[in-house]
Amino acid sequence: MLRSALLACALALAAPLALAQGTIKIGVLGPMTQPQGEYHWYGAEMARDDINKAGGINVGGKKMQIELVRADTNEHQSIPDATNAIERVITRDKVDFLVGGFRSEAVLAMQEVAADYKKIFLGAGSAHPQLAQRVEKDYERYKYWFRITPVNSTDLGKTLVGVLGSVAGQIRKELNKPTPKIAILAEKAIWNEPIIKALPPVFQKMKMEVVGTWQPSALATDVTAELAAIDRAGTDIVFTLLSGPVGITVGRQMGERNMKAVAFGINVEAQKEEFWQAAAGKANYVSTLDTYAEVEMTPKSIPFVRAFKSRFGKPPTYTAGTHDAIYLLKEAIEKAGTTDAQKLIPVMEKMSYTGAGGVIEFTKGHDPIWGPGKSTGIAVQWQDGKKVAFWPPQVKGMQPFKLPSH
Amino acid sequence: MLQDILITGLVNSGVYALLAIGFSLIFGVARIVNIAHTAFYMLAAYCFYALLVKTGLGFAGAAVIAVVAVTALSVLCYRLVIEPVREHEAAVLIATIALALIFQELMLLTFGGHYLGIPSTLEGSARFFGVSIPYQRLLILVVAAAMLGAVWFLLYRTRLGLAIRATANDLEVANLMGMNVHRVAMATVAISVALAAVAGVVVAPVFVVDPFMWLAPLVTMLAIVVLGGLGSMKGSLIGALIIGYVEAITVFALPAGAYLKGAVALLIMVAVLLARPEGLFGVAFEEER
Repeated sequence: MLRSALLACALALAAPLALAQGTIKIGVLGPMTQPQGEYHWYGAEMARDDINKAGGINVGGKKMQIELVRADTNEHQSIPDATNAIERVITRDKVDFLVGGFRSEAVLAMQEVAADYKKIFLGAGSAHPQLAQRVEKDYERYKYWFRITPVNSTDLGKTLVGVLGSVAGQIRKELNKPTPKIAILAEKAIWNEPIIKALPPVFQKMKMEVVGTWQPSALATDVTAELAAIDRAGTDIVFTLLSGPVGITVGRQMGERNMKAVAFGINVEAQKEEFWQAAAGKANYVSTLDTYAEVEMTPKSIPFVRAFKSRFGKPPTYTAGTHDAIYLLKEAIEKAGTTDAQKLIPVMEKMSYTGAGGVIEFTKGHDPIWGPGKSTGIAVQWQDGKKVAFWPPQVKGMQPFKLPSH
Repeated sequence: MLQDILITGLVNSGVYALLAIGFSLIFGVARIVNIAHTAFYMLAAYCFYALLVKTGLGFAGAAVIAVVAVTALSVLCYRLVIEPVREHEAAVLIATIALALIFQELMLLTFGGHYLGIPSTLEGSARFFGVSIPYQRLLILVVAAAMLGAVWFLLYRTRLGLAIRATANDLEVANLMGMNVHRVAMATVAISVALAAVAGVVVAPVFVVDPFMWLAPLVTMLAIVVLGGLGSMKGSLIGALIIGYVEAITVFALPAGAYLKGAVALLIMVAVLLARPEGLFGVAFEEER
């Protein structure tokens, strides 16, 4: 009796091991003490738990479980820390794949390390076009890089123009201003340089008057001088390109000054649930591009956002794209029947993967193809403490954009 | 544009003056280059945030407790970390850098890297010459002026002030005259950090609280005190006004180069140092001490 009970126990313990023949190790790279890294990890954890619970990844008939290795890149402060982190997970932790990365300067450096070790690296944070240009120019070396979120900054520019067209239309209609005045407020950083160069002529074509470009530091804690000048120019739209904490300062100080202009553009801090509190409840009407919301971008969008909210108590930001990255990887591995990078890359290049943020198909440079029905991103606005999605308008669940009422 | 520059520059200067005066005071009296000065300012902002937002204490209560707690901590740090190595200026410099980094990492561990916002003590804004200034910024100006007045009163109208000035003038003679120079130094550290803590409490509602918020003001503050003259309170005040206005002029005159405002401020500091190495109001180095 005792012997059979022990045997049953041993079998029960051994069963998951027998089911999971080995593991696939994925290194999650991000600034783990910062919200961007936190969301990298949340997205990856959710994908790992759901995939493992469903039996793991089927690799040519073998079920393999996912094991995550958390790597703090500290990339806000030090790029060598980021390259050390990626090198450590590859050489010491022996990961098979890499996901994450946020700050373009650091991701460009980490891309080199991934190429050195021939490891597939799925980006979920940096928008810099050079990451994809490298793949196009030197395919053999850089083919291991794929971008999942966000779309590259040139494509972000296309989305921005699309949203801006509808915002400007609303200003023309509601405020009776045929030529809205627009001010560019962009932090000094490399990710937004292509957008700053490309957009002013586009704005003029869209019949908007560009009143000037202001470039504070990404870490600026005070932009009163910039806002005073923008206000004085009679600006209607403050076009923001901000990824650092200056995004909070801009939102808050615009509210404190009761500015008539509305802020729209990219404001990474405004994508986070904590933004409203961080801006002390002053950042009404601040709007930004975003990736996830409870709207039907794809059939997976609403279930993902809801599951994320119920698990972590807040909605996902775009670095939680590690979730889509891992699921895409799963689909590719199952199609290829192997974890061998050389065989996986051609499969991934031909894939069409429906994620929570959009349908991902890759360009020659391994960027998500931009376009309605593929990957465009969405636009959201803070309205009385709630972040509501308002663009693309044809998607189910969108709400109207509001102009400051004075 | 002129009125924008005049008003924005004045408000910026108020913030800087609050920080620079405390730093200058401790250097002038005890020859301590306290790199952790702005880290105490960061700690006060966190303390104020935790008491106000997390525990729901009122503004006044949270502010007083934050200032007192951070001042008490500074005295403890002085006794444990700075005093044992006070004779060696380089060691003091390194010890205070270490202290600042420890505080930064502790806040990072406790609160994470999230940017935190503190509600304004005073809501609303006033308009001067067509320029909108939030009341919270005016409060900073008022507090900065009040603190300057209080420090002047303390230094020139009290016995402690006399002892502080005597020690600043000549530490050895003050010691020979029977003054407890260590106690005077400790009191100066407390006063100086209390000023930084007050700055943290009044400034935090207009800034964003995060573990790295001490770094940018540290550089600006160093530029101000070096520009004004190390150890000179008057120099710090005028240095704060110069840097505050230079930053405002940079942003208004060079919108696409707004990020350069810190660099322009440092450039002016270097230019002044080349022409007058002791700073605008500083005492010429070494021999006089």
